[in-house]
Amino acid sequence: MEKRALFSNKLLPYMLLVPQLIITLVFFYWPASQALWQSFLLEDAFGLSSEFVGFENYRTLFQQPEYYRAMVTTAIFSSAVAVLALSCALLLATQADKKLKAAQAFKTFLIWPYAVAPAIAGVLWIFMFHPTLGTLARPIKATGVDWNPMLNANHAMLLLILSATWKQISYNFLFFLAGLQAIPKSVIEAAAIDGSGPIRRFWTIVFPLLSPTTFFLIVVNIVYVFFDTFGIIDAVTGGGPAGRTTTLVYKVYADGRLGGDLGGSAAQSVILMVIVIALTAVQFKFVERRVQY
Amino acid sequence: MVENRPYRDLMAYLVLLMGVVIVAFPVYLAVLGSTFDAATISNGNMPLLPGDQAGINYSQALLSGGRLAREPVSMMMLNSFIMAMGIAIGKILISILSAFAVVYFSFPFRKTAFWIIFITLMLPVEVRIYPTYKIVADLGLLDTYAGLILPLIASATGTLLFRQFFMTIPDELLEASKIDGAGPFRFFKDTLLPLSITTIAALFVIQFIYGWNQYLWPLLITTKSSMQTIVIGIKKMITTQDALTEWQIAMTTAVLAMIPPVLVVIFMQRLFVKGLVETEK
Repeated sequence: MEKRALFSNKLLPYMLLVPQLIITLVFFYWPASQALWQSFLLEDAFGLSSEFVGFENYRTLFQQPEYYRAMVTTAIFSSAVAVLALSCALLLATQADKKLKAAQAFKTFLIWPYAVAPAIAGVLWIFMFHPTLGTLARPIKATGVDWNPMLNANHAMLLLILSATWKQISYNFLFFLAGLQAIPKSVIEAAAIDGSGPIRRFWTIVFPLLSPTTFFLIVVNIVYVFFDTFGIIDAVTGGGPAGRTTTLVYKVYADGRLGGDLGGSAAQSVILMVIVIALTAVQFKFVERRVQY
Repeated sequence: MVENRPYRDLMAYLVLLMGVVIVAFPVYLAVLGSTFDAATISNGNMPLLPGDQAGINYSQALLSGGRLAREPVSMMMLNSFIMAMGIAIGKILISILSAFAVVYFSFPFRKTAFWIIFITLMLPVEVRIYPTYKIVADLGLLDTYAGLILPLIASATGTLLFRQFFMTIPDELLEASKIDGAGPFRFFKDTLLPLSITTIAALFVIQFIYGWNQYLWPLLITTKSSMQTIVIGIKKMITTQDALTEWQIAMTTAVLAMIPPVLVVIFMQRLFVKGLVETEK
């Protein structure tokens, strides 16, 4: 798609593009290519010299049990958050889609957690479930569970999943609500005349018609858990206890900063880039399908 | 609606009300936490109604900070504000210009320029943190606002959004301006800019929240406590050694950190929803 009428200045378009191109080249392409290049280098312990080692960093990476553990952690974390955040949001959106008097007020009250920074969300949840002073930790302990997310990896993971879900519901809710409102009422009325009840109508008509939104949100949620939850993890667990809540992105940070293993960290970055590009490609396929719908 | 079943409306109200309570409860606790003294919180029996220490906590946090993050929170909020505004305004400026170039001019390498920008959509800053850190360090931008802002401006969302919007503007407008003898600058200023106001505002709202909530990047490149943003500051207030954590100040800071972006979402809801839905396409 192109405009019929255009300006024909020779130099001006380049001048308009220069600011964005310079920033993109300096802060995007340059570091991305550095990451790629560094992933083939091995630095000595003092960072004074480095030599080209080919795929050595990748080979070392795939021999680390910690790397597989981070993969499993990321998989558990992202699928749990995606399932929870999507189903809660869908439930809320279907209810908010009904013609209620206070629908707009409910909408406002449900969307604002989007504005809370992930790290702050983590701090709120750790305050709520802190083993000694958390308001909600007391009732849990009263049931006899030795609740301690600082020491127990499962408790830590649970806390991460809950706080990440809490923050993501509002986003999913907005998109589900928009999707629901785009479904023509006549279709639903037709089904009602044919005698199908609300639950049957939801599963046979509304849910299938909503599937483009759902697929889009699944991808967005996975990307969210991969990258945006860094703040939550750093605030709630710091990757612990004993590295059991370290995700792939958190490991890039921890290995490069705390471990000083820049080559290994770069190799991990490259693998992550490949994953994101794959996810984005999947997303674009669905966006195209959504347009045809 | 299709049928009239009052009990279903009642159920809807109940579900939504429960949703609102779950969403609000953690924040309510934080607000509570900011109204008690340290002893009341740390004995683990914090009451569920506000205490009377709010004045003390908020003035201590804003004016002198906590024991662990010594900078006053008002200073951190100023840093966050500058960073968020810088990112929002910077992104809007460079992307509206580049979208204008890509849509309204024909020149060699137009497609190439578009793709160079477009590909950046796929890679968030998290996957290239250390090389970016090194470049920012080499440029001498550590602990500066420019270092906080510039690397986060490098992304394609704004350009795509404006490009999409410009495509919907009828060609006749440009033809008419040309007949009136307007050059590219006149057309941009008198026609394109006024039409784009809502899009600009929507992008601004989203980018302001994005900038205010940044965590990993400021964590890496700010070493001086005077350059800390509020989201970093609050993390530093909470340590693994419980005895050192001043929860009342941490919660006060958390509330202060939430206020600006939450207000933006509530009072500019229409723009916020528009921005969110359109930048994700």
